[in-house]
Amino acid sequence: MRITQGTFSFLPDLTDEQIAKQVDYALAQGWAVSIEYSDDPHPRNIYWEMWGMPMFDLKDAAGVVAEIRECRKAHPDDYIKLNAFDSTRGFETMRLSFMVHRPKQEARYKLRREESAGRLVRYTLERA
Amino acid sequence: MSRTFDLRALLAESGIGAVLDELDRDLVGLAPVKMRIREIASLLVVDKARAELGVAVAKPSLHMCFTGNPGTGKTTVAMRMATILHRLGHVRKGHLVAVTRDDLVGQYIGHTAPRTREVLKRSMGGVLFIDEAYYLYRPENERDYGQEAIEILMQVMENQRDDLVVIFAGYKHGMDTFFQSNPGLGSRVAHHIDFPDYTVAELEAIATSMVASLGLSLSGSARQALGEYLHLRREQPNFANARSLRNALDRARLRQARRLLEAGSVDAAMLTTLEAGDFRASRVFEAARTPAANEEAPC
Repeated sequence: MRITQGTFSFLPDLTDEQIAKQVDYALAQGWAVSIEYSDDPHPRNIYWEMWGMPMFDLKDAAGVVAEIRECRKAHPDDYIKLNAFDSTRGFETMRLSFMVHRPKQEARYKLRREESAGRLVRYTLERA
Repeated sequence: MSRTFDLRALLAESGIGAVLDELDRDLVGLAPVKMRIREIASLLVVDKARAELGVAVAKPSLHMCFTGNPGTGKTTVAMRMATILHRLGHVRKGHLVAVTRDDLVGQYIGHTAPRTREVLKRSMGGVLFIDEAYYLYRPENERDYGQEAIEILMQVMENQRDDLVVIFAGYKHGMDTFFQSNPGLGSRVAHHIDFPDYTVAELEAIATSMVASLGLSLSGSARQALGEYLHLRREQPNFANARSLRNALDRARLRQARRLLEAGSVDAAMLTTLEAGDFRASRVFEAARTPAANEEAPC
């Protein structure tokens, strides 16, 4: 099952040139770009591992793309995403976040149904 | 089938002519430097024509090394270089990141690589200017982390040649030993440009523009006094070309301020004119009269 998470996730995977253009856009907006990876792409998992520090004061995407390549080499079986953080007062949050790498064998999740008190039914998403 | 190329039009189109003319106008002297910059500009324009013809051109390696005595304009030219390379389309963004050893080399094991990488990432798409680069290599300490920074630099200079241009700068003697002990680095730097010392006439021309940029002017006798000052100062130790000149002007401004306060009331002309006395009070003249007492560098 294809994991869809973040911007562009319903599109085919972006090429490095396309990623570089998105990064250039983010840098032009003055956002700080960072790279994170995780083996658990569950939507509730907000704690991904950081790949190095967030990259401040960049002018060009080349450095970011080089880091993405390094990260892919080190974690070929993990999910890697790129975040762009806007520090403008009032935003102070991620403005753009998208996946730049996914493993060959995607993570699988199944829906678990649990009967509870009365006729209540609980649903959980569980790693298959 | 043969096509002709109007290289002049290509040059005009890149807007580089204006930058080169500005360089000629703003920077006094430095003939070999300007020559080399013109050559590089020409090469890039010709390469552009070749690319239009469909000939595969490899991007030339433009890593440079600026050597020269203190105050000969290495940093100033590096700043211009970033703009020039950007106009010529060799670098994508055209910003300059100026660093020294402190910005590249870490304080403990494992600190250097991320630090150097971060600086390199910041300078991607522009020019990385490493001032006093010979401090990176400290042969007297074999556990110095500078070597690690040099290795990462070399790797990126080779693999990501399209992404950034590295300019090393330093004094001639220091840089020569630096490249001798790091032959790999020396061979990756294609352009070694030597900045000559300024002549007195050139320094006087620089003084005129410096004084004008301060909103001041030199009286006729002050001009003469400054000329004599430069002749004397050049012969003394620790002469730092344009930087010494700037210091001399700063001290003349101090003396002028004191003189004006003592005078009490002044008019506009007095406020904006440096007089001969402001220069003649310098210790340089005194030291010239009594050469025996010349142990420390007078200023």
